[in-house]
Amino acid sequence: MLDSVLVANRGEIARRVIRTARRTGIRAVAVYSDADADLPYVREADQAVRIGPPQPARSYLNAAAIIDAARQTGVAAVHPGYGFLAENADFARQVIAAGLTWVGPDPDAIEQMGDKIRARNLMERAGVPVAPGSREPVADVAAALAEADRIGYPVMVKAAAGGGGIGMGVAADEAGLRSAFETARSRAERFFGSPEILIERFVERARHVEVQILGLADGRVLALGERDCSVQRRHQKVAEETPSPGISAGLRERMLAAAIQAGQAVAYRGAGTVECLVDADAGTFVFLEMNTRLQVEHPVTELVTGIDLVEQQFLIAAGEPPSFDPPADPAPFRPSGHALELRIYAEDPVRFLPGPGTITEWAEPVGAGLRVDAGYQAGNTVTPFYDPLLAKLCIHGADREQALDRAREAVVAFRIVGPKTNLLFHADLLASPEFSAGDYDTSLVSKLRPA
Amino acid sequence: MAEVRAEMVANVWKVVAAEGDHVDDGDTLVILESMKMEIPVLAEGPGVVTKMHVAEGEVIQEGDLIAVIS
Repeated sequence: MLDSVLVANRGEIARRVIRTARRTGIRAVAVYSDADADLPYVREADQAVRIGPPQPARSYLNAAAIIDAARQTGVAAVHPGYGFLAENADFARQVIAAGLTWVGPDPDAIEQMGDKIRARNLMERAGVPVAPGSREPVADVAAALAEADRIGYPVMVKAAAGGGGIGMGVAADEAGLRSAFETARSRAERFFGSPEILIERFVERARHVEVQILGLADGRVLALGERDCSVQRRHQKVAEETPSPGISAGLRERMLAAAIQAGQAVAYRGAGTVECLVDADAGTFVFLEMNTRLQVEHPVTELVTGIDLVEQQFLIAAGEPPSFDPPADPAPFRPSGHALELRIYAEDPVRFLPGPGTITEWAEPVGAGLRVDAGYQAGNTVTPFYDPLLAKLCIHGADREQALDRAREAVVAFRIVGPKTNLLFHADLLASPEFSAGDYDTSLVSKLRPA
Repeated sequence: MAEVRAEMVANVWKVVAAEGDHVDDGDTLVILESMKMEIPVLAEGPGVVTKMHVAEGEVIQEGDLIAVIS
């Protein structure tokens, strides 16, 4: 078993990883920038090391400073959380070269999946369905136009090295593609350091459904059910649930099997997520991308399986079996009840524009089936340097109805004063007939908030 | 004369308009960045940028003056 770990992240995810580390007897070391010195995760760690000024490039993206902190504190392992350096194969290699255990998949698997074009090609060869799209980077506007003619409009334009919805754009015609291509390319260079662009057929009435996989130390790959992440603004998730109310038992079974194939194709170890787009009308799905890390929305899977995914990450990294009895292959995992996650962002609930600020009041809801993974507390300042996630309000119920009822009460009870928050958006979401009925797709937020 | 002020705490990512430029309603003056999002700040009417108060890389507070358009 690992005896110590440095968590190379901040906010709610650092706090969540530290919680499991401490519960399982692993010494936890936090790292922080000057902007985060007062956050709860810094205090809750056994030890904390300042790694730099607020700018991410000089702190949470500064691999040398993080590895120095690991050496200085004598830890055995590094857990990257999500975002920042979590899917940076070079960082994973540096961690391993420093004699530390990397709590994540093999750097080669990160690299193969980090390039979305390579990942698509690999998945296609492994027998996983992919949308019509680029097999190599689209070099310029002329190539993009030719590619779109081949694939057929509408198309989605995105950065091959990208994530988090940044720079993604939909084009319905040639004029739209010209502008979407330029936007995607400037964002790709700026945010991801690579100008490579990928074009795919855009699915209009799509649900975004992903499968949680777990590659065990003995080489088996398990699928721990799916999460429906179709509630999105700016191509970024706002609310998630499991099981997905929009897929049939047969489709779920095919998706879980495909996710296991995807994991096996890269000899995946640890927690990973296979994201798919589901055409709800046709009852079909295509591979979108694979995230080679713990996902923001992993708690909903934990709530319906009773499995602590971070604990499994630690065990697998140490070469040990999981803490639960894996189901006999190919028996599907049976979820217990229904779970929702509402992402509480520091943004206004109408236009979703960022609203950082100092938190003067913070009161979390308490009750049956509730779990709050929060990065902040009263007195903290939410700064503009990082993403706007304040907390994840997670709700478990015996069934979807009960989970929704509990969520409606919890959203009203959650009190945050100071920064702007999207709590009122969540109240509207939970009141909407589409969400209540489970009958929604990725266009739901734009229907609730027409521009 | 119109004063353009910041609606939120943000970093100044790009200064698009320069002092002396003629701008129209809806033209981008500067692009702010906050919480991994880019927020364009637009001119709310036609005029000349007589003063640009921010520079790229600066952190500005809610209510800070960004530019003056006359």
